[in-house]
Amino acid sequence: MAATDFHALANPLRFQRFATLATPWLLLAGLGFLAVGLGIGLFASPPDYLQGEVVRILYVHVPAAWFALGGYLGMALSALAARVWRHPLADLSVRAIAPVGAMFAFVCLVTGSIWGRPTWGTWWVWDGRLTSMLVLFLLYLGVIALIHLHEDRARGLKMAGYLAIVGTINLPIIKYSVQWWNTLHQPASIRLTGSSIHPDMLTPLLLSALGFLLLFAALVLIRMRALIAEQRLEARALRRAARAG
Amino acid sequence: MSLLWRLVARDLKLMVARPGEWLMPLAFFLLVAMLLPFAIGPEPKLLARLAPGILWVGALLASLMPVSTLFALDSADGTLDQLLVRGVAAETLAVARMLALWLGFGAPLLVATPLAGLLLDVDGAVLMRLLPGMAAGALGLSALAVVAASVTLGARGGGGLVALLVVPLAIPLLLFGSRPMEPGALGLAAAAALVLAAIAPFAGGAALRASRG
Repeated sequence: MAATDFHALANPLRFQRFATLATPWLLLAGLGFLAVGLGIGLFASPPDYLQGEVVRILYVHVPAAWFALGGYLGMALSALAARVWRHPLADLSVRAIAPVGAMFAFVCLVTGSIWGRPTWGTWWVWDGRLTSMLVLFLLYLGVIALIHLHEDRARGLKMAGYLAIVGTINLPIIKYSVQWWNTLHQPASIRLTGSSIHPDMLTPLLLSALGFLLLFAALVLIRMRALIAEQRLEARALRRAARAG
Repeated sequence: MSLLWRLVARDLKLMVARPGEWLMPLAFFLLVAMLLPFAIGPEPKLLARLAPGILWVGALLASLMPVSTLFALDSADGTLDQLLVRGVAAETLAVARMLALWLGFGAPLLVATPLAGLLLDVDGAVLMRLLPGMAAGALGLSALAVVAASVTLGARGGGGLVALLVVPLAIPLLLFGSRPMEPGALGLAAAAALVLAAIAPFAGGAALRASRG
């Protein structure tokens, strides 16, 4: 797809058509990849030589963490696009992404906690990564709260957008500061230059991550369609009221 | 005198006229320091060890108090609209308010800190390193207060929301500020405060404009 085609999607009607077509495919593909990834991860991949069977929670925990972070970046970029180009869809996507990202961050925190109990012997430690994921979750909650606590919805979205943008600048600072502060969590095992994870475990991880990504996209599209429909209903009600009055 | 300083001077004059506004956070800060010995026991060694962290938590919570009126009063009586209509940049208003808050909230805080330190048996050397961190930190907290006040301008249900917005963003300040004896922590606290002070006027200014639109 060329860049101009993406631009065409900025038209809400065309976007609506694209989203209607793409949602079921994304949803099915996401669930499929997730099923295969988790299937291999739970039944076919080897247990960890240190941690045993409990390591299998990795296939949920790590993708949730990746896309909670990625989702935040996407939300902040949407907010930036909404302010720079004043595009209505960009505002909607901020609103669509926020709860999905918050849910991913929550899944990451809960699975991490369940993983921590047998391996570290505690549900929660004030470790760098845990703390920064908790902060990310709180930032999501702040954005969601800000959207809903403004009487004027468009204004709430703008305000939440500014908060999301400030959060993006501060997020790396929070991340590094808490990492310098205290760290029990293992360092990143997968980098762009290569991975220290055995292929038998990397394959299901990547499959499940792809599943998570597609599901994330599908959920965001579903929410965006619902929000567009809501806006139209409101506009129609306003028109009717104007005619009746 | 440039516009920025006139705005800062106006804010400071208003603070002098309404002493409750800056005395309340200060009293809150001292109350936190006073409550600690009741909560954990009066053992001096323990108190001295916990003091920097408690003072920082107190300062952070105290910094939430002025947020609800920071722009709301100016917005309610039309001052904000007047200034914006005259072509004063919203960013200038945000910088001015941030500096005024730094002076009006941070300076009394620095005066109160040795007193609170006395209550908690803080060592002189620790205090000497705690104070500059607090001075820089107050700038960062003022910046966050400006952001929180401007994005919640006109929103329902202020207090809890403000805490939810400020606390996650203030974590680096708290983390480095409350470890005055660790090498490098002081500089990092100042750096985190400066980053916040650099972005807050832009976010705050944009949000102030959006609150009018």
